[in-house]
Amino acid sequence: MFAYIVRRLAAAVVLLFAVSVVTFAIFFLVPRFAGATPETLATRYVGRAATAETVKLTAERLGFYDPVPVQYGRWVKAIFVGTEYDYGAGVEQCPAPCLGYSFITRQAVWPDLLDRTTVTLSLAVGASVIWLLMGVSTGVLSALRRGSIFDRMAMGVSLAGVSMPIFFTGMVSLVLFSYTLGITAPGGHYTPFTQNPATWAYNLLLPWITLAFLFSAAYARLTRAGMLETMGEDYIRTAQAKGLPQRTVVVRHGLRSTLTPILTIFGLDVGLLLGGAVLTEKTFSLPGLGKYAVDAIVANDLPKVMGVVLFAAAFIVIANLIVDLLYAVVDPRVRLG
Amino acid sequence: MKSRTAIAVALATALALGAASACGGDTPNNNNTNNNNTTPAFNAAMGKVFNPSDKKGGTIKLANSGDWDSLDTGETYYGFAWNFSRLYARGLLMFRPAPGAAGNELAPDLAEGMGVPSDGGKTWTYKIRSGVKFEDGTVVTSKDVKHAVLRSTDKKTFPNGPAYFEQFLNLPAGYDGPYRSKGMNTDSAIETPDDNTIVFHLKQAFGGFDYLAQLAQTAPVPEAKDTGAKYREHFISTGPYMFEKVEVGKQYTLVRNPMWDQATDPIRKALPDRYEVSLNVNADDIDNRILSGDVHIDVAGTGVQPASLGRVLGDPNLKARADNPTLARLWYTSITTQVAPFDNIECRKAVLYAADRTGYQTAYGGPFSGGDIATTIMPPLIPGYQKFDLYPAGADNKGDVTKAKEALTKCGKPDGFEATMGYRAERPREKATAESLQQALARVGIKLTLKGFPQGDYFSQFCGNPPYLRANKIALCTNGWGADWNDGFGFLSQITDSRVIRETGGSSNISVRIPQVDQMIDQALAETDTAKREAIWAQIDKRVMEEAVILPGVYAKSLLVRGNGLTNVFVNEAFGMYDYLALGVA
Repeated sequence: MFAYIVRRLAAAVVLLFAVSVVTFAIFFLVPRFAGATPETLATRYVGRAATAETVKLTAERLGFYDPVPVQYGRWVKAIFVGTEYDYGAGVEQCPAPCLGYSFITRQAVWPDLLDRTTVTLSLAVGASVIWLLMGVSTGVLSALRRGSIFDRMAMGVSLAGVSMPIFFTGMVSLVLFSYTLGITAPGGHYTPFTQNPATWAYNLLLPWITLAFLFSAAYARLTRAGMLETMGEDYIRTAQAKGLPQRTVVVRHGLRSTLTPILTIFGLDVGLLLGGAVLTEKTFSLPGLGKYAVDAIVANDLPKVMGVVLFAAAFIVIANLIVDLLYAVVDPRVRLG
Repeated sequence: MKSRTAIAVALATALALGAASACGGDTPNNNNTNNNNTTPAFNAAMGKVFNPSDKKGGTIKLANSGDWDSLDTGETYYGFAWNFSRLYARGLLMFRPAPGAAGNELAPDLAEGMGVPSDGGKTWTYKIRSGVKFEDGTVVTSKDVKHAVLRSTDKKTFPNGPAYFEQFLNLPAGYDGPYRSKGMNTDSAIETPDDNTIVFHLKQAFGGFDYLAQLAQTAPVPEAKDTGAKYREHFISTGPYMFEKVEVGKQYTLVRNPMWDQATDPIRKALPDRYEVSLNVNADDIDNRILSGDVHIDVAGTGVQPASLGRVLGDPNLKARADNPTLARLWYTSITTQVAPFDNIECRKAVLYAADRTGYQTAYGGPFSGGDIATTIMPPLIPGYQKFDLYPAGADNKGDVTKAKEALTKCGKPDGFEATMGYRAERPREKATAESLQQALARVGIKLTLKGFPQGDYFSQFCGNPPYLRANKIALCTNGWGADWNDGFGFLSQITDSRVIRETGGSSNISVRIPQVDQMIDQALAETDTAKREAIWAQIDKRVMEEAVILPGVYAKSLLVRGNGLTNVFVNEAFGMYDYLALGVA
């Protein structure tokens, strides 16, 4: 098991390196192939009507005159040993891991990412708990009551859930529940958990439910399909024939087998969400990683883009590793090695 | 008998109640005939104060769909940021917080009075009020203003702000800002003979220097506490409010500055106790939050989103909370002289005659959210504006096809020709404009090929890049410009002076290369008489239009919505949005 974990982590490092090279190339190299010069790149980061001298100074400050591999090497070096930042009136140390300074806000990227991660974590964890509970339980009940009114309604609602995009359900939910009925918080409100847990939960309730509605629909359908197949197996009939309580048959024998593919999907979904629930954060104006990424891309704020891409990739890799480890727990037949 | 009496009484009561409700209360009035201006009505905050009050207290909530470029007044270049900065920073002068034309007037803020020119307009002197303090209790002196202006010229540290002071001040050779040229004598540019006097020395005469003195860059910065690019994280206030919390990219809050003294500030009322600003909020959500009462102001001040437009205009109650100001902004199309056959003036005139102005206006969103049809470069809000129309487009404003064909004949292209037009691909209105022009010009045989370019590189690499234009034969480009301040220089200098055009790209002036206009601009700069100066700007407007290198589209308008519970709401013409300095909470 230990050797397996070490190998997977080593592979993760290689993967992250590859992701960083590709991302850097996309944002720093491709524009040059399209004819961009250091000056034309720098015009994005100056005020309107900036003089040629200002553009040149900005290109120098941002390192655009250096070859792209040198710029990449400087960025990688800062991750491991830190760097210095000249803010005009002085020089500031950016300790490792230093993912650089935003071209636009002049803030260090790493503290920003950590700060934003707590918001995205809050959103992802809360929503994932809700969708897992709702989706799996609905799927189990639907499977056990196949063909009933409950089954048909549940699957109908879940079809609506997967069909409607989050920016639609989110905006409609806000207008209905926040601005008309006034029972949930308006968009853009976020309170850290450590500041006030009750307000934290209240502010996130609508985004949680809206996001969970989207995901639980898929989980309900997946669970139902899995349970229908599993409950028809011979060993289930054997368990029932042995007189085991129905709840034990369903949960310990039926659901446990069904959980494997659900776990796979769950790991991927949570990993992707942790990388940034872009649409949800944008719709509800939550200052999380996803919104951070979109705003950075729109503003061409390259250090932020690099930082969030690396961060998100790391989350997905770690989430997948955890899922693989959990396989061994859920299914004793799985041997990691 | 009794029943008839009862009916009569009931009728009389109903009539009386109806008359009473028509006289005031909450009934929206779309004709805006309310005298005390407290009844919601369309355009109730245009030219007058809506809901006037001197009540202090409360919190004003603002939201921004984006972020400031910087809270540091030394390097911010957004109109809304300049409007808002007057809450926490005092420049030498400011635009008067008043409705109507008075909002375009300059008034002394940190200075006791307007600038006093001497040496033919090359020297400007201001006296600074006594007793003004920073939030930490330190007294503001002329040296703090000098430091503020000088640091703003350091474009390595502050690349975002306006560059007027570098352009005009007589800075010593080799000066690289106060951080890298510490100790260098800069009296050739700015002198501070005493703590309350500051003298600016310019390279050339500039009659409109007072407009530079109102820039946020003149707000004082104490050199001992200046942290360069990090100063934006804690800007030391001289205004009635100071920053309590700054979470970059998320939110700001301002609270009362205990060191602000009303006795030194005849302009500000400082009514609310607090301002809360949320950043990077979904733009459509901001509209919903204003309409529902959760937020008072969309701080960007550019108007409601397209999704809310129909809702606001279609609902009488919501429309009664809206204002529709015309802005000092022109949406237009540049016609370059560097791509044949547009090097021939008659071919350019053909475009101006053939253009469908109504189509242009419709492409931009119609008369409410698009703007008014433009026939000049300077919008009506710019002092000195003169109305003229050198290329009449017919009674229906759809273009004069006959005159266009005559012009084509004169330029040797009686059957028309092919040309390429660029526009910013992310802007649906510009795409619609290009398509409208394509259809309009096709009537006279000019076949336009349309090309969309990314807006981030539009001026640096594409439409604003002369070699690219020439190489790819792009003759027309959509464009737009808003004045840095409402005067001829603030509006025209960056789009009609050929000397701002760079071969490396990046200039907003894509097409105007008229040496005579450059001379007229210099003449206007040096003119210290306001009326004469304004007359020159009007002449420049006409001269550029004579060369047919700009096709004016619309004078931009926006649709703003007043937040519930706000007092003293009015559109300040200088900023084209609600005046943030005057607002209070009911």
